Amino acid sequence: MEIGKKIKAGDIRAASRLIRDIEDSIPEAKFTIKHIFPYTGKAQVVGITGSPGAGKSTLVDGLVEANRKRNRTVGVLAVDPTSPFTGGATLGDRIRMQRHAEDPGVFIRSLATRGSLGGLSKAVGDAIHVMDAMGKDIILVETVGTGQQEVEIINYAHTVIVVLVPGMGDEIQAIKAGIMEIADIFVVNKSDREGAGKLQRELMAMLDMSPVAAGGWRPPIVTIGNSFKPEEFEQDIGKLSARIHEHYEFLVSSDLIGDRLRRKTMHELNEALRSSILEPVLNMLVSTGELDRMVEKLLKKESDPCSLAEEVARKYLQECI
Amino acid sequence: MSERKLRVMVAKPGLDGHDRGARVLARCFRDAGFEVIYTGCHQTPAQIASSAIQEDVDLVGLSCLSGAHRYLFPQVVKLLQENGAGDITVIGGGIIPDQDCQKLYDAGIKAIFTPGTPLDVIVDWIKKNVKPLE
Amino acid sequence: MYFAKEVLSQSGELRKKWEDEVRKVVSKVPDQKERWSTVSDLEIKRLYTPEDMKDMDFARDIGYPGQFPFLRGNQVTGYRGRYWTFRMFSGMGSAEDTNRRWHMLLKEGQTGLSTAFDFPTLMGYDTDSPKARGECGKCGVAIDTLEDFLQLVDGIPMDKVTTSMTINPPASVLWAMYCAAAEMKGVPLTQIGGTIQNDMLKEFIAQKTFMCPPEPSVKLISDTVEFGTKYVPRWNTISISGYHIREAGSTAVQELAFTLRDGMEYVEDVINRKGLNVDEFAPRLSFFFNSHIDFFEEIAKMRAARRIWAKAMRDRYNARDQRSWWMRFHTQTAGCSLTAQQPYNNVVRTAVEALAAVLGGTQSLHTNSLDEVLCLPSDSAVQVALRTQQIIAEETGAASTIDPLGGSYFIEALTNEMEEQTWDYINRIDEMGGMVAAIEKGFPQLEISDAAYKFQRQIDAGEKIMVGVNKYVTDEELPIPLLEIDDKVEEDQIARLNAVRRKRDNKAVKKSLDDIKNACKKGENVMPHCIEAVKNLASVQEICDVYREVYGEYRDPGLY
Repeated sequence: MEIGKKIKAGDIRAASRLIRDIEDSIPEAKFTIKHIFPYTGKAQVVGITGSPGAGKSTLVDGLVEANRKRNRTVGVLAVDPTSPFTGGATLGDRIRMQRHAEDPGVFIRSLATRGSLGGLSKAVGDAIHVMDAMGKDIILVETVGTGQQEVEIINYAHTVIVVLVPGMGDEIQAIKAGIMEIADIFVVNKSDREGAGKLQRELMAMLDMSPVAAGGWRPPIVTIGNSFKPEEFEQDIGKLSARIHEHYEFLVSSDLIGDRLRRKTMHELNEALRSSILEPVLNMLVSTGELDRMVEKLLKKESDPCSLAEEVARKYLQECI
Repeated sequence: MSERKLRVMVAKPGLDGHDRGARVLARCFRDAGFEVIYTGCHQTPAQIASSAIQEDVDLVGLSCLSGAHRYLFPQVVKLLQENGAGDITVIGGGIIPDQDCQKLYDAGIKAIFTPGTPLDVIVDWIKKNVKPLE
Repeated sequence: MYFAKEVLSQSGELRKKWEDEVRKVVSKVPDQKERWSTVSDLEIKRLYTPEDMKDMDFARDIGYPGQFPFLRGNQVTGYRGRYWTFRMFSGMGSAEDTNRRWHMLLKEGQTGLSTAFDFPTLMGYDTDSPKARGECGKCGVAIDTLEDFLQLVDGIPMDKVTTSMTINPPASVLWAMYCAAAEMKGVPLTQIGGTIQNDMLKEFIAQKTFMCPPEPSVKLISDTVEFGTKYVPRWNTISISGYHIREAGSTAVQELAFTLRDGMEYVEDVINRKGLNVDEFAPRLSFFFNSHIDFFEEIAKMRAARRIWAKAMRDRYNARDQRSWWMRFHTQTAGCSLTAQQPYNNVVRTAVEALAAVLGGTQSLHTNSLDEVLCLPSDSAVQVALRTQQIIAEETGAASTIDPLGGSYFIEALTNEMEEQTWDYINRIDEMGGMVAAIEKGFPQLEISDAAYKFQRQIDAGEKIMVGVNKYVTDEELPIPLLEIDDKVEEDQIARLNAVRRKRDNKAVKKSLDDIKNACKKGENVMPHCIEAVKNLASVQEICDVYREVYGEYRDPGLY
């Protein structure tokens, strides 16, 4: 398999094209993914989530730098939202990382959500596989950051960083969105701003009330100062890097990494089943006009969704029923 | 179901920071339904070429108002070609005197849009001339 | 109250009658378009009347020239004592090329010099830096070391002619070169006069010529203000600029608001960081505005600017010296209003814009050349542009009386409206914690982006007109002669730089760079060390690399 070989050799052009094919749902891309799958599973995957304006991209940029200083190769997947009105997207995260554009040890790829919810792109799982197979030591995944329901990242990452900034009412938003539970590490970003101390105290209080997670990991809080002050910023990022490393070590030593792997694998299988079973059936229903007829039936109250679904299952998935 | 989507990069090579045109274009491309990556100001040709490859874009739009386009634009094309990405369409805009255009076309720039070009003209040119991958 | 009650009630009655007439006529001959607005999309009424000025107070809001609130001008005698300074911005190729242009302009009657630097110089890189490839001398003069600078001012009487330098991140370095050159020619620092643009906030907001992050950038500016206050009293150490904000696509009100709020940020920083009294330095602050194509909006903008600044300086910063209340400004006609199509039309646009600047009471003016949208201006194009100013000054009579449009219902109403909207912006930025904080949030950048995009859409839709671009388009273009900068300038400049590097005392360079570094780290004033370093022939980049090392580099956040 030509492309598979290229990707294993770290060919960025081939890899980026493959990610494109996945995004565009080109059927051949699936075959390539099958071929590279055996070479995946080595990279450390870190998710970075938090609301827009929280400074996620600048943090990612700092983490890239920190990892490169330790000679680790880095992949970055930065997800931005697709406009539901025009289908276009502003992929604006990369701009904060442009100083690494020429570094052959860094591969930055922007993805648009293309309608998928959960703060990620449908292609993100496979894109991680691609970067993993290329031999990247660490893959940083930056989510959209709409602040709502962005929990899907836990299905992909070993470590999830939730980024909060003072003065944005973030903490309340985050609690509402259920984002607090997914954090392995909290970052209080732009900590030179007013309200940073308060935000930190509130987080602590909240962590005190939460049940301690399996294995006893209590999410640490890392404060990161003004990114315009290069020396301090680098030191703060150094601390964050150390926490990420500690968390990974913790997963390994407590064998929780097995659980995460299982969760990740389950999710992948789920997705694969969906695309191998549901999508072809749906495509069939669309192309035969069956779907429209079913909608008509429902509108006229001649049937109900459940019965129609069972009918479809009997027709196409006989063995299961 | 598969659907090819156009990915474009708007880039500002060189030290010139006059980015009004670049930013207006980036916004216009987004509204035209493209996925847009904007590099920001002060990019070297090498940064632009390698970003275009990493992002697998179909098109790179270069904007330069300082007069340095004669060196910078061809340099981007050259670096793309050297890195196996000669198929990425490169277009340019800015303060480009007529007499420079032919040299830029010869160097592989596919179109030059100077001040006063309506946005729709540029979008239409792209839709007509840049086909997403087979 | 500005008008007697009787006048207002008469006006009200007559207006109703007129409005009835208007309705009748419009029903037969409809207006050409529904909504009339300025180029900034500020809606304009069909007619302005005394009622639009009813809340004004003559003494408080209008007054006399040379009196608070300076709406009608700073100068008691207007332009009768002397016209505004005819200051044509120029610079291209090598120092020698630009020096030649300067001598030509002085011979043609220009009264002040103004320097355009090339991008490597503006960004703090030497000509041989890999980042500078292809840029040398392209849109300004290339300066690497004091040797180039001495060539630039060769034969220029530095004690008589004032020089403006459009230089921002490396302002301290280029100003140090000017000071060093003056000293070497035997002109004491107390006698040199001029301006360095030195306004970094508008770079983050609009023009994107930046080097270090906002906070240390402001520190370097305060260093120059302090040094100027103490040793170079005739120098304007900042020219707080709206020009570039407008060129980036802002509205007139945004230009006004962001520029004035930038000015306030500098005032606050100098007071807080340097402990100077506001009256010690405020009289040397100067401003720089754009004069765009919408005639009355520009005049109102400049009048409003003076009144807002006077109020801010007196009431917000408690300045007591009347000169601190003055807003003195330079104006340049709008580059972005010019068209590459039918370039001779640009002469007309520039004339109208220049007239607006004069009626708005500018102290200094640059008129763009007709070819500036295509290349650097040629000698003949520059001459027409300079003549445009001379015609306005000496033929049209526009300078005969002070603020000739003062008291016009329309102008006063528009001035008030723009002032009000400006204060709204200023208050919003105050709430964000000041301009540096607002910039870090991307607020002014995104406001400008929105305005620029809207304008472009209006042009594309034909709602706003640019003659030759979206109306009255011709296929045949009249060719005009273009100035070309030879690529050989770059080779020659690199050779010059290398020659300087070979002959200078590198130990002395190293020591003076270390001194600058220490000053940066300790928060001391860098200016004396910069003068020492340039005298030792340290290059622009060598000094700027020190700044970058200590303060870090600012990278474009690319908001749009």
